[in-house]
Amino acid sequence: MRILLIDDSKTMRNIQKSVLAQLGHTTVEEACDGQDALNKVGAFQPELILVDWNMPNMDGLTFVKNFRQTNKNTPLIMVTTESEKARVIEAIKAGVNNYVIKPFTPDLLSQRITETLAKRAA
Amino acid sequence: MDPAFITPFIASVQNVFSTMMQLPVQLGDPSVKMTPAVSYDVSGIIGMSGDVVGNVVISLPMPTALRLVALFTGTEMKADNPDFADAIGELANMISGNAKGMFAGKKRVQISCPSVVIGSNHTVARPKDVPCIVIPASTDCGQFVIEIAVAQRENTQAQSADATAEANA
Repeated sequence: MRILLIDDSKTMRNIQKSVLAQLGHTTVEEACDGQDALNKVGAFQPELILVDWNMPNMDGLTFVKNFRQTNKNTPLIMVTTESEKARVIEAIKAGVNNYVIKPFTPDLLSQRITETLAKRAA
Repeated sequence: MDPAFITPFIASVQNVFSTMMQLPVQLGDPSVKMTPAVSYDVSGIIGMSGDVVGNVVISLPMPTALRLVALFTGTEMKADNPDFADAIGELANMISGNAKGMFAGKKRVQISCPSVVIGSNHTVARPKDVPCIVIPASTDCGQFVIEIAVAQRENTQAQSADATAEANA
């Protein structure tokens, strides 16, 4: 499965890659912000996207709104420090399928990825 | 400074360190800081805007920073490795982002992307008339401090007072 990680922190991308590897997912592309991600989705054709909210150049919410204009199906998980209820609702309205608040345990991220993929397969 | 801006950072730093690194943090009593220089050699800085104004700095001695980064990333690295600053910035980001979610009331607060400064005797500019509160912290990786210079923006204070007056009318 092709998975796109969008986060301006390489440290955070590495943590997420490690969780994905434990789930058996190793085909991973990385993007450092929303604009970088938009440039990569066409060629990479991700089947799951994990996206941060606060990033330079283009934030995660803007990416989601842009991406959803042409792709309604690929599941998106927002992984962010933004924990206020209004922000979560804003992200879901924009097209996010699941939400993980930083800090997270590997088990929690793993669980959210698994349940998101299960819903897509159903 | 309103204690409502301090308590969330105390909870947040403990939450971030225990969740991401399984590292307990003992926090000391907050105090007011009068000098502009940050406490230690490595600073992870996050700006806050919206209904509040100010910034938050996680300030670490180099040995503590090196040990924390090794624990956080799973890799020992030197301070001149770009990944070192990235890790410090992500810790500052998580501490500030987590804390702002715990601010009292329905505040609209945005946090900046993190900046990291490495070097002795550097200073971080703070908003005028906003006191800086320092919270000392101790871990098995060493000591560090959180420096918080955050206040409610004046026009939002007035709006809150208006809203309270209307609610009481």
